[in-house]
Formats: sequence, structure tokens, C-alpha cells
Amino acid sequence: MPLRRAELGATQHVMAERSQESVNYILSGKGLGSPLPAGRGGDKTPQMVNLANPTAFLAVTRRALPWLAAAATALFVVGLWGAFAAPPDYQQGEAVKIMYVHVPAAWMSSFIYVVMAAASLGTLVWRHPLADAAQKAAAPLGAGFTFICLVTGSLWGKPMWGAYWVWDARLTSVLILFIMYLGLVALWRSIEDQGVAARAAAILTLVGVVILPIIKFSVDWWHTLHQPASVFRMGGPTIAPQLLWPLLTMALAFTLLFVVLHLMAIRNEILRRRIARLTMLAAAGGDALSRRLAAGGSGA
Amino acid sequence: MSKAVWGLFLREWRIASRVGGGASVGAVFFLILVAIMPFAVGPNLALLAQIGPAILWVAALLATLLGLDRLFQGDHDDGSLDVLVNSGLPLELTVLVKCAAHWAASSAPLAILSPLFGLMLGMDAGPLALVAVTLVAGTPALTMIGAIGAALTVSLKRGGLLMAVLVLPLTIPVLIFGVAAASAASGGVSPLAPPLIMLCALSLGAIALAPFAAAAALRHVRD
Repeated sequence: MPLRRAELGATQHVMAERSQESVNYILSGKGLGSPLPAGRGGDKTPQMVNLANPTAFLAVTRRALPWLAAAATALFVVGLWGAFAAPPDYQQGEAVKIMYVHVPAAWMSSFIYVVMAAASLGTLVWRHPLADAAQKAAAPLGAGFTFICLVTGSLWGKPMWGAYWVWDARLTSVLILFIMYLGLVALWRSIEDQGVAARAAAILTLVGVVILPIIKFSVDWWHTLHQPASVFRMGGPTIAPQLLWPLLTMALAFTLLFVVLHLMAIRNEILRRRIARLTMLAAAGGDALSRRLAAGGSGA
Repeated sequence: MSKAVWGLFLREWRIASRVGGGASVGAVFFLILVAIMPFAVGPNLALLAQIGPAILWVAALLATLLGLDRLFQGDHDDGSLDVLVNSGLPLELTVLVKCAAHWAASSAPLAILSPLFGLMLGMDAGPLALVAVTLVAGTPALTMIGAIGAALTVSLKRGGLLMAVLVLPLTIPVLIFGVAAASAASGGVSPLAPPLIMLCALSLGAIALAPFAAAAALRHVRD
């Protein structure tokens, strides 16, 4: 939420006064939405459901994040224990263990794109104030999970297929997804005005949604090397239950890991914008303001 | 309205084909891309003939993208984009007309020249007209998809490279079916009709949908 240009054009004197008020406003927690309910039990009141308010979002996530992180850790412990306790595959032997990282990462790579597409709709249609932060924070995470998926798949492919990389339909479409994540990050980094960057990235994200059905059905349309779906398919999964439950646990753990990282990244983005705004105000307001910031800046 | 559309088409056509337009540079770029391939893979005519359809398609893709980054930028720089946005014409239609003019001035010559370059690559002379037909069928999709990237990067000073990064992943389906159709046309074992029909479907779909995305991008990104 940058200052309007007209405000920047005002005289120095008026600027100082006005920005002094703005800083008081921001520091009191009002500048970025309505103030928090006073009571600690405020999260049961309807206002707290309104996560569009960045201040409320910061408060809720501050309390929720430790629990989510703990749950993710517990699921990783259980899932990895189950993965290593599971019997080896009759054909692949112990190499099948890579599946417990590869498959959840592959699911996440598509899931994160869906999250980004939903956030893009939030930016363009509903003008949700946190949607562009959510979209921006998700793009590098999506690139990361897709990278994990590609690397583990490559390491799995060497013993099974005899090559680190084949130009198979599934592999190629996931590689394109990876490039699209990088393109979105590049777009965010190329446009200086964050509002313009948010809308451009949102449009590009929605255009790129066409990649998702291509990835999903690539194994059915082109009968190449990668195996078709074996968990979410008509007629139930074809994986043995002893191998399946650790896989689903790991998928849940990966999802929670993404949620934790995503919430942390959105929090950082909100704080980064506040700092940018305060810096602009400080630059406009001069010395008196700097002293005020030095005294009370930690409250932001 | 049709008068306005025709006027806009003629304006875009003149800008593209006159000095500074870059339509002829695209054709020269196409020639250079074809000419450097024998240096890269060796002057073995049998090999060149085999990968000829792929070379022609990749060269057409890159030559199309090269010219597209200026599709809206010139109008954005001199302010005529504001006039176009505020004219009575729907912005989607404006985008479509600009793309049509750009295609006619830049991509159609590539398709016309492609049989000549196919001969240089040692491809059979007979079916080269069919290879040109696959380019005519597929390049509208490239232009329309590229228009989305051009609209997104319209306010950037050097958006060309970023635009290629954004747009190239989306053009891969066109490339797959284009090369498949061109290979089938130049004496492959698989039938020509299925990839050619898919190519036409991609172009028609892009013509129908891309103007909305590009116009939305222009509305949102232009400050």
C-alpha cells in the first residue's frame, strides 16, 4: 500500500505533519486495517475470522504457526519411520523409498500452482489485500517443491530406467511447470511497482493453468516411460496398504510443511511492505520522524 | 466499427512493414537461424533433411517471438495505446486486430519463405508446400500467445528476454504438434491429419481466448 503520488507532491512542512500522523496510525495498528480485539480470547469473535486484515492475519498466524510446525514435524517422523519400516518392493527393492519424497513433492508442485491460481483470482476479482502476497510467496515455494520432485525423480530414474533424464511426457511437462514458476519469480523481480507486478503475475498464473491438466493426463495421453496414476484412480489404489499409508502420511506432512512455509513467507511479505512504507514516510518526514521511529519503531 | 477495424489493421500493417517496423528483420532472422544449423550439426544433408521440419519450426517460433515484444510497446511509449484503450473499440478486438496485422506482416512471410529454406536443408521439394501450410496453421497460435507476454511486459524497458521466458513454456504444445505435422507432411510414416487438426484447434483456441487475457493484462499493467 504505497503512498499516493499526490501526497508525495505536497510541501515539506505539510508532509512532515501528515506523515507524523500516518506513523502514529501505523504504529497503533490501525494503518493496515481495524485494530485487534483487546481480549486474548479474541480469536473466537467474528472479526478474527477476517484474515484479510493483515494485522489480524499476523496475530492469528503467530499463534497457529508453532502448532502447525509441530504437527508437520510429527507427521514427517511418523511418515519416514513408516517408509523405512515398510517392506521393500518386489521389483525395485529399497530404491522404492525415493517414492516417499518424490510423489508428495510431485503432488505439491501441482497443488501449489492451484493455490497460486486461487490467490490470483483473489487479486483480480475480489481485490483481496493479502492475495497478491500469497501469490508472491507461493511461487518460489512451488519452484522448490518442483525442483525436489525433478531431482528425486532423476535419482530414481537412474536405477530403474537406466537414465537420469528421459524426454518423457510427464517429466517434460513438470519441467515446463518448473520453468513457469521461475518465470513468475522473474516477473515479480522485473516490475518495480508491486501493485502492477501483482496483477501481471496474477494474469500470467491464470493463463498458465492450462499446464495442470496436461501434467495430470500426460501419462494417459502419451504412453511413455512414466507410470500412470496408481493412488488416485478409478477402482482404488494399486499400491499395497503397507506401502500406501506412509505415502499418504508423507503427503500430509509435505502439505503442512508448505502451509507453514507459505504462512511464514506471507508474514515476511507483510512486514517487508510495512518497513518499505515506514521508510518512505521517514524519508519524507525528516529528523523528527526518525527519532520517533527509533523510539517506537519496534511496535510496527 | 468495421471501418475502424480496417483502419487500425492498415495502420498496424504500415507501421510493421515500414522503416523501424521490424517485419523484414524477422524474415532475415529466420534465414540466419536456418543458416547456423548446418554449422551446429554439420553439413550432412541426410541429417539436416531429417531434422529440417524441427529447424523450420523452431526458427519460426523464435522469429515470431523476436518481433512480438514491440507489439504494444511502441504504442505504450508514444501514448497511442491510451487512445486505443479509450476509443470506442473493445480492447479485446483492438488486440485481435493488432495481432492479425502483425501476423500478416511478420509471420505469413516466414511461412511463404519456408519452402526455400526447406530446400537448403535438403528436404524433399514435393511436400514443402504442406510444411508451409503447417506454419500457416500454427503461427497464429504463436502470435496470440506471444501477445499475452507482450501485454504483460509492456511497461518494462527491456522486456524482450523476460517475455521469451514467460511465453516459450506456453508455446510448447504448438511446437509439438507443429513439428509432428511438418514431419508427417515431409514424408513421415504417421498420418498428417491428426497433428494438423490439433494445430488448427490450438490456433483457433488461442485466437478466441488470448485477446481476453492480453486485454486484461493491458488494462491492469498500464499505469
